[in-house]
Amino acid sequence: MKEGVIIDLLKKLFKNDKDVSSKNIAKERLQFILIQDRIKLSPGEMESLKEELLAVLSKYIDVDSSNIKMEVDRHDDMMALVANFPLKRSV
Amino acid sequence: MAGKAIVITSGKGGVGKTTTTANLGTALAMLDRRVCLIDADIGLRNLDVVMGLENRIVYDIVDVVEGNCRLEQALIRDKRQNNLFLLPAAQTRDKTAVTPYQMQELVSKLKEEMDYVLVDSPAGIEQGFKNAISGADQAIIVTTPEVSAVRDADRIIGLLETEGFKEPEVIINRIRQDMVQKGDMMDIDDMIEILAIKLLGVVPEDENIVISTNRGEPIVLKPEKSRAGQAFNNIARRIDGEELPLMSLEKDTLLKKIKRIVGLS
Ligand SMILES: Nc1ncnc2c1ncn2[C@@H]1O[C@H](COP(=O)(O)OP(=O)(O)OP(=O)(O)O)[C@@H](O)[C@H]1O
Ligand SMILES: [Mg+2]
Repeated sequence: MKEGVIIDLLKKLFKNDKDVSSKNIAKERLQFILIQDRIKLSPGEMESLKEELLAVLSKYIDVDSSNIKMEVDRHDDMMALVANFPLKRSV
Repeated sequence: MAGKAIVITSGKGGVGKTTTTANLGTALAMLDRRVCLIDADIGLRNLDVVMGLENRIVYDIVDVVEGNCRLEQALIRDKRQNNLFLLPAAQTRDKTAVTPYQMQELVSKLKEEMDYVLVDSPAGIEQGFKNAISGADQAIIVTTPEVSAVRDADRIIGLLETEGFKEPEVIINRIRQDMVQKGDMMDIDDMIEILAIKLLGVVPEDENIVISTNRGEPIVLKPEKSRAGQAFNNIARRIDGEELPLMSLEKDTLLKKIKRIVGLS
């Protein structure tokens, strides 16, 4: 029993909350689901929207394609598609 | 001055709409407001049972709209609060037995007599939901801190906004602080961030709800015995215009418990 407690404690001390805790998984899944619900796009359409945006942007700027984030936010009675295309650090 | 009609809705079923309606209605009545509860869940009547009034039903909402009785005849007076009334749903009919227009008429008639009209909505986004929101001035969405419930709540919020509801507010029900602390349940901030609407209150998971439902006595009647009862009381006071901070969900210390029992907090 005691060992169990100690192990739990160690886990708590060392675990990277962001990755392990199930609430963060829930939150991430929800955010993704809500984008589709709010703008009524299927996961496939979402993906092609992202690809096409990326293609257009890449013509002009160096986008870091591994870190793209898209969200639909609600402000009062307005919704906004917020797309985050980080730029590659120039060397 | 006419009262205010508030619909209590959710999208996903079983998250606590009926429990919330019964408790907020009772709590508002305990604040000396005149209150009428409408069970809009036609075909799945429940609010009467949670209120312990099932044996007093003679007429129901469908009888009223079909003209089998007058509105006053269908209203059941609560056992405990004489300024609290229930308009029961019909059990043997379906959601199409009442139209949104009829509902609106009914609600506006009741608002003339009452300070608050609370409408318990059925789950879903179909006709029953459309009926329940007709005539309401304000909407409260109940959700639990789970992915599917929050998703459905978000859908409902969208629908309510299209219907012209200005500021829907949310109640998070059945939150478990022990799980939140372990990182296994979304907390209040997560939910506000995701839903981006105003939080009206938080109600903890509480086994006393089951006990009070067994007895047909809303839990707010004995708030000193439960966190959930206290939470519903606070929400009622917020609805009634008081500025109250969100209840802390930490475990009670002995001192806090004593204070609560003697009415100091
Ligand atoms: N805070 C709580 N703690 C413990 N149990 C709860 C709590 N809130 C609700 N419940 C229980 O959850 C169940 C469903 O609640 P309720 O009937 O109020 O939900 P509902 O949203 O009205 O359901 P429906 O969609 O079927 O109308 C009931 O058994 C009730 O006692
Ligand atoms: Mg119900």
